[in-house]
Amino acid sequence: MALDNIQRDLLAKVADIHGTPMGAYNIRSNGAAAGRATTANINIVTKEDKPGIDIIIAPGTKNESVHIPVVISETGLHDMVYNDFYVGEGADVVIVAGCGIHNSGSDETAHDGIHTFHLADGAKVKYIEKHYGEGGGSGDNVMNPTTVVEMASDCYMELETTQIEGINSTERRTRAKIGDRSTLIIHEKVMTSGRQHSDTDFEVDLDGEDCSCNVISRSVAKDSSRQVLKTNVRGNNRCSGHTECDAIIMDEARVSAIPQIIASDVDASLIHEAAIGKIAGEQLMKLMTLGLTEKEAEEQIISGFLK
Amino acid sequence: MLELKNVSFTVDADGERKDILKNVSLKIDGNFTAITGPNGGGKSTLARVVAGIYQPTEGRIFLDGEDITELSVTERAKRGVSFAFQQPVRFKGLTVRDLISIAAGGNVSFSRACSYLSEVGLCAKDYVDREVNSSLSGGELKRIEIATVMARGTKLSLFDEPEAGIDLWSFGNLIKVFENLQTKIGGSIVIISHQERILKIAERIVVLSAGEVVGDGTPEEIMPTLLGGERVCPAIGEKFD
Repeated sequence: MALDNIQRDLLAKVADIHGTPMGAYNIRSNGAAAGRATTANINIVTKEDKPGIDIIIAPGTKNESVHIPVVISETGLHDMVYNDFYVGEGADVVIVAGCGIHNSGSDETAHDGIHTFHLADGAKVKYIEKHYGEGGGSGDNVMNPTTVVEMASDCYMELETTQIEGINSTERRTRAKIGDRSTLIIHEKVMTSGRQHSDTDFEVDLDGEDCSCNVISRSVAKDSSRQVLKTNVRGNNRCSGHTECDAIIMDEARVSAIPQIIASDVDASLIHEAAIGKIAGEQLMKLMTLGLTEKEAEEQIISGFLK
Repeated sequence: MLELKNVSFTVDADGERKDILKNVSLKIDGNFTAITGPNGGGKSTLARVVAGIYQPTEGRIFLDGEDITELSVTERAKRGVSFAFQQPVRFKGLTVRDLISIAAGGNVSFSRACSYLSEVGLCAKDYVDREVNSSLSGGELKRIEIATVMARGTKLSLFDEPEAGIDLWSFGNLIKVFENLQTKIGGSIVIISHQERILKIAERIVVLSAGEVVGDGTPEEIMPTLLGGERVCPAIGEKFD
């Protein structure tokens, strides 16, 4: 299936893909497959029992990447996929997922993705996910991503999620179970405006000995948008966990940060930090003394904060 | 040239009228001027009134003959007023290079950022990509603050107690920075300071006390009057005699 200009533009926004991507990829467009490539080490197989794919990364695969973007330009489409990633022992890969919706109609367009990562011993993954919505229609753009992470021993995973514009409603669920000496790092960036709603929920089980996790969330809530961020880190062994939510609140927005840490082992060390506040007047003033207008200063502070 | 004509600044503190600046008239033209005086004498307020952060209650401010009294902070900055804060602001996410770029009015290259940072005794390699957040010490922030003013290179640069928070070890370097500042930036340099070594290198010292100009002259004229401690209250005077 050929992609039109709108779809190509969405691809560039969510996956930095211009033309044909390098390495393994699977492009899903308007609920159907639109292109796929595999490599000697990375295989992509269509699921037979439900919509979605299995991405199988051979043990020892190094310096390879997989792109699995989804683009939707059909108004009213409700797309649902299950993608499973099997990352072999000692593999070191970059996985880029993302969803772009262009909704110019009046119906709600939705994409719900359930991504499950199975990391074998010593696997290392950098996972980047971007969500973006556009289109002048009155229909809502809805995305409800679920990410499940299962890490064996000595694994490392970095999860970067970004949702900057145009998603009216999102419910993001992330569940992780971390094995011995494994580390999970989550960076979340969210900006909501208008009447948008974003609901994020991270649940991490630190099961293995000497495992760790760090959840860092930065968000900006503008206009009358609503944000809820829940983090729940459970230390079930000798481990360390840290969560940090930082939110800038503006206009008539509302932000809830609900951090929870539960230790059930005497050697579990867990910390949570949460802060919500408006842009400090001194910050605006400083940038204005450098020649920026108040609006430009605000934009600089926000873009730096979400960088 | 900066000119203040009969500038007063009054605040209402708990229903009580407090005059922070009283009828201050001052001309500053193309030299290195230090403003000194006791704490609470109105020095920082004067600098903030010039930068546009505070609006004077009375009086007018002129920059090169143009009345800038009604102009905003941004408009004054664009006309050539720079201000280094006494307590520099921290930003989560903005890097040292971002700040210098904003100050310079466009993206600056590594080597240009390096030249500004090395002037204030920081190695660019270690700092250029650092966030201007709480990981930087007070002294490091002060130096970065000075570097942003250098990057602007405007006709009027105001520094509010640049030496505060800088350790003794680095102080010698800072003096060198200020000795060369006028040739580097050009225009008028105004430094609010209590430090004898900074006052000594100024061409002119203005003494501000209880909101009024009580002294104005060369360091040779003014320094002896400051060190005489004539304004110290009798109880303290006895202890230190």
